[in-house]
Amino acid sequence: MAVIAEPRQIDLREPKGWRRTSNRIATVLMVTSFILVIIPLGFVLFTVIAKGASVISWSFLTGQPIPPNVLPAGVGGMWPAVLGTIEITALAAVIAVPLGILGAVYLNEYGGRGPLGALIGFMSDVMTGVPSIVMGLFIFSIWVLHFGYSGLAGALALGCLMLPVVIRSSYEMLRLVPNSLREGSYALGATKSRVTVTVVLPAAIGGIVSGALLAVARAAGETAPLLFTILTVTYANPNVFSGPNTSLPSQIFSNATQPYTGAQARGWGAALTLIAICFILMIAARIVTARFTRYSR
Amino acid sequence: MEQPDQDTVTNLQRAEPTTQPEVQPKLHLDTQQDARLSSAALEKAEETTEHIFDIKNVSVYYGSFRAVTDVSLTIYENEITAFIGPSGCGKTTVLRSLNRMNDLVVGARVEGDIQYRGRSLYRKDVSPIAVRRRIGMVFQKPNPFPKSIYDNVAYGPRINGEHNKKRLDEIVERSLRQAALWDEVKDRLGKSGLGLSGGQAQRLCIARTLAVEPDVVLMDEPASALDPIATGAIEDLMREIKSRYTIVIVTHNMQQATRVSDRTAFYSVLINPKSDTRTGTLVEYAPTAQLFEDPSDERTKAYVTGRMG
Repeated sequence: MAVIAEPRQIDLREPKGWRRTSNRIATVLMVTSFILVIIPLGFVLFTVIAKGASVISWSFLTGQPIPPNVLPAGVGGMWPAVLGTIEITALAAVIAVPLGILGAVYLNEYGGRGPLGALIGFMSDVMTGVPSIVMGLFIFSIWVLHFGYSGLAGALALGCLMLPVVIRSSYEMLRLVPNSLREGSYALGATKSRVTVTVVLPAAIGGIVSGALLAVARAAGETAPLLFTILTVTYANPNVFSGPNTSLPSQIFSNATQPYTGAQARGWGAALTLIAICFILMIAARIVTARFTRYSR
Repeated sequence: MEQPDQDTVTNLQRAEPTTQPEVQPKLHLDTQQDARLSSAALEKAEETTEHIFDIKNVSVYYGSFRAVTDVSLTIYENEITAFIGPSGCGKTTVLRSLNRMNDLVVGARVEGDIQYRGRSLYRKDVSPIAVRRRIGMVFQKPNPFPKSIYDNVAYGPRINGEHNKKRLDEIVERSLRQAALWDEVKDRLGKSGLGLSGGQAQRLCIARTLAVEPDVVLMDEPASALDPIATGAIEDLMREIKSRYTIVIVTHNMQQATRVSDRTAFYSVLINPKSDTRTGTLVEYAPTAQLFEDPSDERTKAYVTGRMG
């Protein structure tokens, strides 16, 4: 049954019909949704920059105290809130990141298959869904009522928020470490803790660090947990462990609810400062990830 | 390394014309640099050579599933022993039970007795860590750590407590030389081990295993992912290091078994029609030349002549 091919033009163009149409539709849908996602993001950035940039100056970033709301823009500075955000977020990270990574190591390397591991994993996932204001109330009732307002109380609330995120992201990164690496290490006579510390964690560290920094950046912008825990005052408090403190998000909240244009302008300035801090953290996450994964390519 | 003596020569000559023609292309008995022991030397070895492993009536289970059963064989010092057989016949399972790698698999269990230099490997007081320090393993897929080449090789000595920079340097160089990789990587020891080609990465893994100076090297299809040239390099390497190490190699490649091994164990699959489960078992264990030229079991014959599996 030899079929003799007619010498003819070979058509290599994309075939017409439904396949082509569906391809077009999918492309249009994807581009549209991308634009739809970008629009609100662009508007937020544009608004914050437009309204906040005029307030930002060196004295705004480093001056204090935060002036009374009735005063016009250009007076005083946001330093108390900038300092508060940095110290509270840093303390929260110090509390939550090591705990979260250790928890993830336990879940993936040690007890994950047992009932305790399953329970911890489940509770941590549930914790992700707890509203942040509930975390603030929780810390208010168990800490602030006994020891008073402090940056530490705010850090505890932020830490509770970060913890499940760090656990989940680290766990996913550890799961990605191929078992062949663990076996290679075991085959050289390594103990389980050695395998974890010298092979598994270094192989996953890039993802773990960037996940943790994302959680930190997310927590840096949280307002609700801080409302009941740090009191939001107008002077800088370098002692994070005692005395009321303040932070950019809670300051933005307090300024935004004022009728005075000066206070509102300072609120926009604080918003832009906060976005800049998060932006720097994200870039740091990228750099750290690249640094830690230099042997992975 | 054994010098070819009178027995070897006569044996090689005898081997050539008498066997079935279809087996012929698979045999490379006339290779000049062949370091395999002759049959006579192997027979002598059975009486005089140290037993590395005495495997007696071993079955391995994964949960309630019996993966391999009725394995009994002895592995001798400074020989290369090959495990061959079709997929699912349990050869890798047996190999992994020799250095207790199966302990890492949840539900894995070994029945029967595996003795390493006369000591039972599966007694309660035996530490799998101590076992694996003496019995190293090279895996099917090259698995260099995401560290520098130097750190890959120095990893084993370091976890065993060697932190002297000078001694580590020596170990790294010696191991890389033994693995025939030194010349290719000596200028980039600080570069990532993941940047090597497949064959180089596998030799790096061999160097990493040799760096802890194990007694036995287990190899699980070490060349299955490599091209023929890299495979040849690994096989040359095995012949070179066998004077210092005992090697057990699992391979799918029968030519490879004939090229490098002194003894070969052929595994096959038993299918239980009632429960439709497949269990591997040892069919025949003999000096390599004998197993390929004059197998005593019909199943071995069918397999090595390519009629099955």
